[in-house]
Amino acid sequence: MLENNLKFLEETFKQYYFDHFDLIRVPDRSTEREYGYKKFNSGMSRHISLKTDKDLHLLLMTNLPSDVFCSNGYYSFPNLPMTEKDWKEADLIFDIDAKDLNLPCRKDHTCIKCTSCGEVSLLQDVCPKCKSNKLDRLSLPCQNCISGVKKEVLNLVKILTTDLRIDDKNIRISFSGNEGFHLHVTNSSYNQLGSKERGDLIDYIMFRRAIPERFGFKKNNPSRSSFPDLDDPGWSGRVAKDLFGSKSKRSKGITKIISDGYPVYRQRLEEMGKNSIGVKIDPNVTVDIHRIFRLEGSLNSKSGLAKLACENIEKFNPYTEACLIGDEPVEISANSPIEFRLKNRGFGPYTNEKISVPKYAAAYMLCKGIANLA
Amino acid sequence: MISLGQDEIAKYPFLAEAGQYLNDKGFTLEQFATDPDLKIIVDKAYERIESAAEGKIYNLKTDNSSDKDIILPLNVFSFLIAIVLLKLSGLNTLINRFSLAEARRAEKFLERDLVSDSNKTSEEFAIKIFRDVFSITIKKAGDYFVIPISDYLQHAVNFHELEWKLVNRHVENGMVFLTPHESARLIRKELGGYIGTKIRAANTPPMSKGFEDKVHKLSNLAKKFVVDTVVSTEIPPCIEHAIEALNKGENLSHSGRFMLATFLLGRGQTVDEIAPLFKNAPDYNEKITRYQIKQVAGETGGNRTKYACPSCEKIKSNDLCFATPDCDNIINPMQFGKKRL
Repeated sequence: MLENNLKFLEETFKQYYFDHFDLIRVPDRSTEREYGYKKFNSGMSRHISLKTDKDLHLLLMTNLPSDVFCSNGYYSFPNLPMTEKDWKEADLIFDIDAKDLNLPCRKDHTCIKCTSCGEVSLLQDVCPKCKSNKLDRLSLPCQNCISGVKKEVLNLVKILTTDLRIDDKNIRISFSGNEGFHLHVTNSSYNQLGSKERGDLIDYIMFRRAIPERFGFKKNNPSRSSFPDLDDPGWSGRVAKDLFGSKSKRSKGITKIISDGYPVYRQRLEEMGKNSIGVKIDPNVTVDIHRIFRLEGSLNSKSGLAKLACENIEKFNPYTEACLIGDEPVEISANSPIEFRLKNRGFGPYTNEKISVPKYAAAYMLCKGIANLA
Repeated sequence: MISLGQDEIAKYPFLAEAGQYLNDKGFTLEQFATDPDLKIIVDKAYERIESAAEGKIYNLKTDNSSDKDIILPLNVFSFLIAIVLLKLSGLNTLINRFSLAEARRAEKFLERDLVSDSNKTSEEFAIKIFRDVFSITIKKAGDYFVIPISDYLQHAVNFHELEWKLVNRHVENGMVFLTPHESARLIRKELGGYIGTKIRAANTPPMSKGFEDKVHKLSNLAKKFVVDTVVSTEIPPCIEHAIEALNKGENLSHSGRFMLATFLLGRGQTVDEIAPLFKNAPDYNEKITRYQIKQVAGETGGNRTKYACPSCEKIKSNDLCFATPDCDNIINPMQFGKKRL
């Protein structure tokens, strides 16, 4: 990142933190957690221990971080190297990101930035300017993607509260600050699970590696009565709904499944996990019991938007509510082939144009790498 | 600790305090080594180890098998003397095989006790073993037993068969439903581990002349189980696929790169040999690549952890598995092509 862009973002982030100390708090059991942060243009510092909100605010003011993280794990000695921390337990965490949903709209709001010459252009395989194939993909705001992610979040919450019997008071949902949502489950009976066990829980939630026998189809003598019913609890019921749609179509559906045969049914179950009923969580996040996870209230350097808790996810609009940087005008030179909206205001498209935009939009475009300070 | 009746101690002899039991019955270890009348017990103990070594579940045979007063103590004594013989032999392979076979024997009783509607005490005792020895709370629900998901997962992850995966279980309200058979099967490995730990923790008695012959026979028995293996230079399909993807300049996920690096490091390749493989990656940066491989190899980094190649299970979860029949049910790519001689 260019020196003046970096300075601007550091100042802007610092101003945000100074103005929003009320949003940035250490979580419960802070002394048992590990903290970490990143600075613009440099690597991660972690194994940090903080006691109070004041310690956290001091860290923000003195280090000017681009991103701040806090562990899902609880340790006896959070500031020691990993092997000496003495892991006690870890909250169950989930990340659902629009990129993992792969919705058809994605290509319409993704552009590429060439890592060789820096050119920004619409989605294509090679850089139109220098023909390099080393490209970064940048995704800009999309309400359709956000709606898709919200739907996944609600499906996940349903499974957590019914199948897994997690009290919804212990589930905290927040916007990730870019294009996804995080779920944080505290005080559950799953806190003690190691990463192997979490791996199995992930396959459950994503409905992966289901076998036909469990869902009614015995390889050699399938019996009609053992196929799932729409009222069944857990995956049986959800599978039945997806397979048959309604009770009246169940009988016909079973006949078809049996006549299609075991391998077809197995394939069908696998596809259901991938494309319909499986919840699209990022498995690498949930499996990790030593992760440092973005801290609520902090800014995300991929966008300049805040990671923010949402009380009512259905009504939550991240591109207005999590856009908390000020709106004084800033001169930038922007190169965005795609139009986008922030705080109910449209921006772009811009082709290497010098423009004046509110600070939040300038920060957003600088973070995305599609603008420079003028 | 659980209090044991004669019946229970015969079914689950590993729950007994060995020395205490001998004392209570008025015997000393020396007597077993010297008294010709007790030689039959030493013989039975040896048979018990032998059948365990062959992977069979021990079933005590006597001439007068209907007499409970003989059969029950014989069952317990043969177990205790078997442990003495194993300790004297110091042979780990046999201790492992014996622990597993005893676990499977106990598992059969556990299963029977869980289904025995007629005998409430046996059922309660079996549930108590789950709770006191393995800290699992199981409850009866109709024909099934239910256990909390988190308890289930901690045991079920030891199995590789898909049917044990949570997604293939009846799950309701935070509980997993299991048949009595499955409930007992769930703790087999821990049962084996528990028995093994108890054997390893027991004191080794001094060698007596009467045991020498049997201990010698055990050494010969153990020789059968030494396995020579040879590792081929072939690479498994997941690794082949990863290398291909990189060669084509496709983006390989972080977990794919980790798998590839750990696998090749495990096969003895060096950082210098591995780093060039990544040069076609869209985000290739030689310095970063070398740094990351060194981290994985444990050559740098705070705690110098050397990472092992992830299991097939994990690789499947990351959509990186492209198994072929050649994989032959291995559970880690490192085992690919490893053949027993």
